[in-house]
Amino acid sequence: MYPELGQLALILALLLSVLLAVVPLAGALTGRDSLQAFARPLASGMFVFTGLAFAILIHAFLVDDFSVAYVANNSNSMLPWYYKFSAVWGGHEGSLLLWILMLTGWTLAVAIFSRRLPSTMVSQVLAVMGMVCVGFFLFIIVTSNPFDRMLPNVPADGQDLNPLLQDIGLIMHPPMLYMGYVGFSVAFAFAIAALINGRLDAAWARWSRPWTTVAWSFLTIGIALGSWWAYYELGWGGWWFWDPVENASLLPWLSGTALMHSLAVTEKRGVFKSWTVLLAIVTFALSLLGTFLVRSGVLTSVHAFASDPERGSFLLMLLGITVVGSLLLYAFRAPVVHVRSRYGSLSREIFLLLNNVLLVSATLLVAIGTLYPLVLDYLDAGKLSIGEPFFNTTFSPLAVATGLLLGAGIFSRWKKTDGGMLARKLLWPLAISLVATAAVMVNYGSFAPWAFAGVFTAIWIAVATLWDLWDKSASRQGRLHGLKRQSRSYWGMVLGHLGVAMVMAGATVVSNYGVERDVRMTPGDSAMVGDYEIVFTDIGERQGANFTAQYGSFNVFLDGKLVTDLHPEKRNYPVGMSVMTEADIDAGLFRDVFVAIGERISDDAWAIRLQYKPLVRWLWLGSLVMAIGGFLAIADKRYRIRVKAEEKQKAQAGNTAPGKPAEASS
Amino acid sequence: MRRLLLFIPLLIAVGIGVFLFAGIGKDPTKLESARIGKPVPEFQLQDLHDPEHMLDTSVFQGQVSLLNVWAEWCPSCWDEHEYLMHLASNEGVRIVGLNYKDQRETAFSFLGRLGNPYETIIFDPRGSLGFDLGVYGAPETYVIDADGVVLYRHVGVVNERVWQEVLLPVFNQAKGNS
Repeated sequence: MYPELGQLALILALLLSVLLAVVPLAGALTGRDSLQAFARPLASGMFVFTGLAFAILIHAFLVDDFSVAYVANNSNSMLPWYYKFSAVWGGHEGSLLLWILMLTGWTLAVAIFSRRLPSTMVSQVLAVMGMVCVGFFLFIIVTSNPFDRMLPNVPADGQDLNPLLQDIGLIMHPPMLYMGYVGFSVAFAFAIAALINGRLDAAWARWSRPWTTVAWSFLTIGIALGSWWAYYELGWGGWWFWDPVENASLLPWLSGTALMHSLAVTEKRGVFKSWTVLLAIVTFALSLLGTFLVRSGVLTSVHAFASDPERGSFLLMLLGITVVGSLLLYAFRAPVVHVRSRYGSLSREIFLLLNNVLLVSATLLVAIGTLYPLVLDYLDAGKLSIGEPFFNTTFSPLAVATGLLLGAGIFSRWKKTDGGMLARKLLWPLAISLVATAAVMVNYGSFAPWAFAGVFTAIWIAVATLWDLWDKSASRQGRLHGLKRQSRSYWGMVLGHLGVAMVMAGATVVSNYGVERDVRMTPGDSAMVGDYEIVFTDIGERQGANFTAQYGSFNVFLDGKLVTDLHPEKRNYPVGMSVMTEADIDAGLFRDVFVAIGERISDDAWAIRLQYKPLVRWLWLGSLVMAIGGFLAIADKRYRIRVKAEEKQKAQAGNTAPGKPAEASS
Repeated sequence: MRRLLLFIPLLIAVGIGVFLFAGIGKDPTKLESARIGKPVPEFQLQDLHDPEHMLDTSVFQGQVSLLNVWAEWCPSCWDEHEYLMHLASNEGVRIVGLNYKDQRETAFSFLGRLGNPYETIIFDPRGSLGFDLGVYGAPETYVIDADGVVLYRHVGVVNERVWQEVLLPVFNQAKGNS
């Protein structure tokens, strides 16, 4: 009976979302406060019913209710309870429900944290969120009902969760990723609301910023978790494959990064408004596109859910309505301002504009690489092949250019920057970075142009960021006082940029100086990888909860001293008839040692994959540092003491340049 | 005039939408190939294991074969390899490999680790034969009859299900004809 209740809850949530999309908007357009007052209760109700549906689905998994088709397809009574729990989002229907739960969660968050915003703005933003919700509720109810029953032939047991997904990384990866994807809907809703009421001003940018930043932080963590999971779980030690679905998560991340920076310019200087609002729309559209690519089956990928043309068409329709509607609104309502140049040719505005150009180029590049097979197929223009080489050779120069620009841009000033001053500021960071990069090259013992460029860029970003921190924290009352005086949003920026530097350093070093060896070993053999000696001591068998495994024992020596023991496994899952390689990794801040078991070559000989991965952890640590920076930035005081400032601003509305409402000339 | 420029994003989005719409319902693992029913295109490429030995279309003459396009850099190829090993050793299927846009050393390390199911491997580092065949990405598997004519093309991983339901019927039919 519970599953039927779950379905009912979803239908109720759909009805509430329809009301949310209509009632507050009507109130805002006609100026009736009584209608606008419905916005917050409707948002809460929608969240409660979606939460109820989600809880019921969890319950169905935990009690092994195989009469529910989705449970039977994605779970098994032999699974430990925590994988039964995470199996809830292991397939299309459940993960879509999680997606929607987050969407309603974000809507509720906007309702709760927007008490200081003018009520018409809140009503419009929540109404736009409501419209997005309507689309997705319809999608899940019409095409992907997770509560469908298999009656009367209830299977005795489920088909098991894909063993690849039975892992802690996968318990965490989709929720974080979806938090990011869906979070961009808030920036989107703000952009649409601002276009509707024609107030694309500094206040709009300021309200959008924390939401964008927090969504971006979640997305950063989500992508990093996915990469980490692929690294240890897929068993061959790669961390990024340029798979269409990985690209689908990278696209909104890149344009979201551009959006964060462009929002800063719009808030501080009141320029680039049309551009910023377009980025907000595009970023959310790319999030939807990612959802579409994964769930429609138009591209092949290890991630793809079973393809279903009906779902694909429905999602494309949703995507189409959202994108065409918002871009039409944009075309008619975005301000066409003839800006008198209020900033010089060398200014922070220009640096951030270039940053946006580079990030958007990177977005386009990844989008082209991902979508081009579809386009060529459609045009019958013959078939070309694309893979890692295309992305690596085109993406790296853009990343390096963005990093070099970042280091210089940190020292720039709004409006006008003195070229001589900038050059003098950059001299020392340049010298330090060159020396430090040379030292890194010597340490790893070889030189390659791209390794040099990547490491130099990473160090350049870090040195420039810290140098600027040092400059800014100069204080008569001592350094500590100066450091404390910096705002949280400044610290957020520092951490964000240091995180970028760490990721760049990690990516460059592990790609250029990592060692991979595939060797044939029998127990007793030893092999070298990097400076490490690996001794194969033994191989045995063990029984897991829902698998049997052959597991090897390896001793790892450095300079004759035992560092650690590693126990990689080869697991056999009888239910799904699949074999999984579980690598074992000795993780360290400066290097990983990675051992995986491959094929059995003869009775006692095995193919063993050994890897030495320097700085590979920096990829994920750097992402974490970036995300922490984002969370720190939104904890800034200025987002909390806005009440008074807001009132002041209202009092003098229209007087000063940055606070001036933009005219929607049409 | 400037307002017209603001319509550009809309036009781009609609353009992309058309391609996405065209992609729906076409199972990407069943991409059509202009090659089906025609002979394998002419080529002159090295044997992966023996650079001195040049291979051409005669490798497909006389026996029904699978042509499997693979590369070390392709994650899905690692997934399907075990099943190819099974096909070659237990089912006696003749598999010709096309090592696609790869390097000799990495290809060897791949085979060293996972085993070699291929009777012959064509080494195609620049993807020239792949281009002529219309390869869209690795892995792909073609069924080729004893006269060297392409009968079927499968994009994506070969596993038990794909073999039993898709490739085996074509393969058996070809064997019956020759």
